[in-house]
Amino acid sequence: MAKQYEIKAKWLPYFLVLPQMIIVFIFFFWPSAQAILQSFYLQDPFGGKTIFVGLSNYIALFTNPDSDYLYSFTISIVFALSITFLSMTVSLFLAVQAHKKIKFTTFYKTMLTWPYAVATLVAGVIWLFMFNPNVGVIAWILKHRFGIPWDYLLNFQHAFILLTLAASWKQLAYNFVFFMAGLQSVPETLVEAAIIDGASSIRRFWQIIFGLLAPTTFYLLVMNLVFGFFETFPIVHGITAGGPGKSTSILVYKVWRDGVVNLDLGGSSAQSVILMILVIGLTVLQFRFIERRITY
Amino acid sequence: MREFSKIRRFITHFYLWIGIAIIVFPIYFIFSASSHTSAEILSAPMPLNIGPHLLTNYKRALFEGTKNLGTPVFIMIKNSFIMAMGISIGKIVISLLAAFAIVFFDFPLRKFCFWSIFVTLMLPVEVRIMPTYKVISDLGMLNTYSGLIMPMIVSATAVFLFRQFFLTVPREIVEASQIDGSSPMQFFGRILVPMSRTPIAALFVIQFIYGWNQYLWPLLITTKQEYFTLLIGINRMMTGADVHIEWQIVMATTLLALIPPVIVVVLMQKQFIAGMTETEK
Repeated sequence: MAKQYEIKAKWLPYFLVLPQMIIVFIFFFWPSAQAILQSFYLQDPFGGKTIFVGLSNYIALFTNPDSDYLYSFTISIVFALSITFLSMTVSLFLAVQAHKKIKFTTFYKTMLTWPYAVATLVAGVIWLFMFNPNVGVIAWILKHRFGIPWDYLLNFQHAFILLTLAASWKQLAYNFVFFMAGLQSVPETLVEAAIIDGASSIRRFWQIIFGLLAPTTFYLLVMNLVFGFFETFPIVHGITAGGPGKSTSILVYKVWRDGVVNLDLGGSSAQSVILMILVIGLTVLQFRFIERRITY
Repeated sequence: MREFSKIRRFITHFYLWIGIAIIVFPIYFIFSASSHTSAEILSAPMPLNIGPHLLTNYKRALFEGTKNLGTPVFIMIKNSFIMAMGISIGKIVISLLAAFAIVFFDFPLRKFCFWSIFVTLMLPVEVRIMPTYKVISDLGMLNTYSGLIMPMIVSATAVFLFRQFFLTVPREIVEASQIDGSSPMQFFGRILVPMSRTPIAALFVIQFIYGWNQYLWPLLITTKQEYFTLLIGINRMMTGADVHIEWQIVMATTLLALIPPVIVVVLMQKQFIAGMTETEK
């Protein structure tokens, strides 16, 4: 790490970091500590008694048949993996096409980049509207042209497909931007050398370009999993509200519902702590990767 | 140079147009819906042309709202705008200050501060919903702009970005300004901040979109309609029985929610790409 500190001052640096530190402590550290603490207590939601119950909030999550926690865990993983796979495949394909030496690439890049600005909830509302069984155009086509009685409010598979489509659509632009940046850093000379060697375009792609894209792909893999796991709350809240039943109640939705709607503070806190551990794991993974990239 | 035959070039264009269609068609549907009457939308299948009620619907959305949510959308636009600007400007200001302290001064708690900020990366709102809500409510910040903005302005990525940039500032510049007798804050205000225009612009684009698109946080802490942001408003307009949803107004509002961040991205595309590939790594 390069050193820069040159300026001598005793109190000034503390004043400079103070605003950031105050907010970090009040809104990050204090609540997180509270979450950890509360996860060991059983609390009356109306501010009455609190009883220390040890790990039983955690145990209840995994053993109580009403808690559906393991189901929620599984569905979150499947959901995150589906989004990651669908969105990354389509984006990579489009990025490779837009990277070719053709006309209008600037136009194509702009058209495929701007949806980054679309809010996750807006993506959800747009897809909900197309697939709404009463007013949706696509729902109508599915029903009247293909004979599929489409109703994501009653059918779990329909709900899951709709959520996955909406979330993957939302991630397309993000992945596209990073794949585009990755492709631009592939040295032209290397590709030309492969052409001279007579490698077919498919071999050129898989053996050279895809290999050089590996850091980008890995980074996006982590970021898409994080998105699928933690940032899809608006889509679930907006489209299915966890339904039908609790079938699409992913972890972040469940932690919100158990805390805010059902007022189960202990259970919600225990879920928060588990989520924290997951985020820490994913962050460490991401930073390991960045470190490795720097030493390259 | 790679050469393509005509057919292969055509196929490439074709694929890219399919990609664009996947993105544009859903948006066209909502645009079309926002130009029809409620009855037309409910009469399945909905017409897909641009109807004659475009102006009436947007006017009603902006100044009246829906029947089940009587808040005019312009109030929500104002709230979203205040929140997005507050978050992006707040983040930039406090991150510039913190990075300045961490890079240019040597003080005993330097490392501690740096790591405290770093750890916030691992504590997104989603994992500490209830206790953070409680803090906000204890501080009396429910249904306030400061409650919407303050907890969102801590940013490890912004501090890292500025730190990275400050480390490349030549030492001679720091020394020269000290020899000239300027105080540390004069150096910061007159030299360092103007030098950081590029990362500031990049960060502004990313953070404006981030702020505008916040959902879970305003959902938690706003209960009064005059503090609803656009996204919360859209969700509230859609609650209730299907027949009572005024889809044309909801869709007009959705489009209004979509336009500002898209304009920011399109107008500042260069800064946006730089911001994305540099801040998020």
